Amino acid sequence: MEVNKLINSINDAVAEVFDGATIMIGGFGEAGSPVELIHALIDHGSKNLTVIANNAGNGRIGLGALIGQRQVKKVICSFARSPKSITFKEQYENNEIELEVVPQGTLAERIRSAGAGIPGFYTATAVGTPLASEKESKFFDGKEYILETALSADFAFIKAENSDRYGNLSYSKTARNFNPIMSMAAKQTIVQVKNIVGESLTDPEKVITPGIFVDKIVEVNNPIIETNAIDNGEVYP
Amino acid sequence: MTNHNIQSLKPGWNRNEIASKIANDLPHGSYVNLGIGMPELISQYVDKGKEIIYHSENGLLGMGPPAKEYEIDYELINAGKKPVTILPGGSFCHHADSFSMIRGGHIDYCVLGAMEVSEKGDLANWTTGAGIPAVGGAMDLVAGAKNVFVMTQHLTKENLPKLVKTCSLPLTGKSVVTRIYTNYAIFDVCDNGLKLIKMNTQINFEFLEKHTDAKIIK
Repeated sequence: MEVNKLINSINDAVAEVFDGATIMIGGFGEAGSPVELIHALIDHGSKNLTVIANNAGNGRIGLGALIGQRQVKKVICSFARSPKSITFKEQYENNEIELEVVPQGTLAERIRSAGAGIPGFYTATAVGTPLASEKESKFFDGKEYILETALSADFAFIKAENSDRYGNLSYSKTARNFNPIMSMAAKQTIVQVKNIVGESLTDPEKVITPGIFVDKIVEVNNPIIETNAIDNGEVYP
Repeated sequence: MTNHNIQSLKPGWNRNEIASKIANDLPHGSYVNLGIGMPELISQYVDKGKEIIYHSENGLLGMGPPAKEYEIDYELINAGKKPVTILPGGSFCHHADSFSMIRGGHIDYCVLGAMEVSEKGDLANWTTGAGIPAVGGAMDLVAGAKNVFVMTQHLTKENLPKLVKTCSLPLTGKSVVTRIYTNYAIFDVCDNGLKLIKMNTQINFEFLEKHTDAKIIK
């Protein structure tokens, strides 16, 4: 029997997501955002989700649609303000959704730490700011640092360019962003990939995420381009 | 403030002139992160005789100019989520590596906008306290970059000083700014105040002091 993480149906790929789950969603803005996996999650219908992502969605597709369907109770992100954000803005202004603001580098490092088995770390980022209040601080060589803790999740939704059946992944340009570190930090990592190549990625030197971090792969050949979809007024569902 | 007061204030250097002064101060071979907004003007004024390597915190080192219509690829964007290009010698990395470049002290210069800067180099530029709080990478950049330059108008839209004794807005970082470029002057942040490096010729020192709440050292 061969290892094979490929799943034919995108609905099957997200079938284990449960109410109240914490989900990491890759992407920086639209680049690397697994829009089709999010749409499958809307169809699946899980509620009271906590989403960890860099942003809080645009328009009414992808994460913007998931929030619009009132499936998300809390967003942990660095930048929830965007000119094209509709659904998060509406619910935040009505106190219907929670927000935890985390500096972008601290967010990335908290995720990376969870994947690496590091429960916490000290950083100079945010020292002396409102985001450091109630955090333990410590001086090293006369300089102040604050303690930040690892951030893990039940599921990670990832978008990649190429994969083989082992789950080895490569990415496209700046669509890499949070995807490699989120794939390390969740109990179950689900990947939508543009191309599934044959037996293995042709060059092991080009593997960015080794297959050990990946659980399920589903092929989405022609993913939605968010900017075009929003400009065309597309909504989901 | 009345219209009369606004008209009586000198404009000083324009945005492009400030950008050009910062461009002149960036050394050849340096790794630079330019913030979204006014700092984006800087790269076009860098002398052709020197090479600066631009970092964009979403995992791009060696960023080139904005993408032309035929170059647009929504998977090749900058920190402002605008399509850009990558130059020969450029590279992509994931977010933890990209922020290790910042937090690990590898970025030589970052240039950011400001709502307020204090005479001790405290910076407030991420939230007024109203609306959706969104910080992005600003707190990482000011804590990690070797030199933190602020590029800003000297006064707010209401003609109030942005260079203050103590910031009233929520901080982005404490004692982090190293140099300030405004339409009126350039300052280095020192232990005892803002040291005046250069002043626009349309104004005099008395005018500068009148419109600056922070302590200026001549």
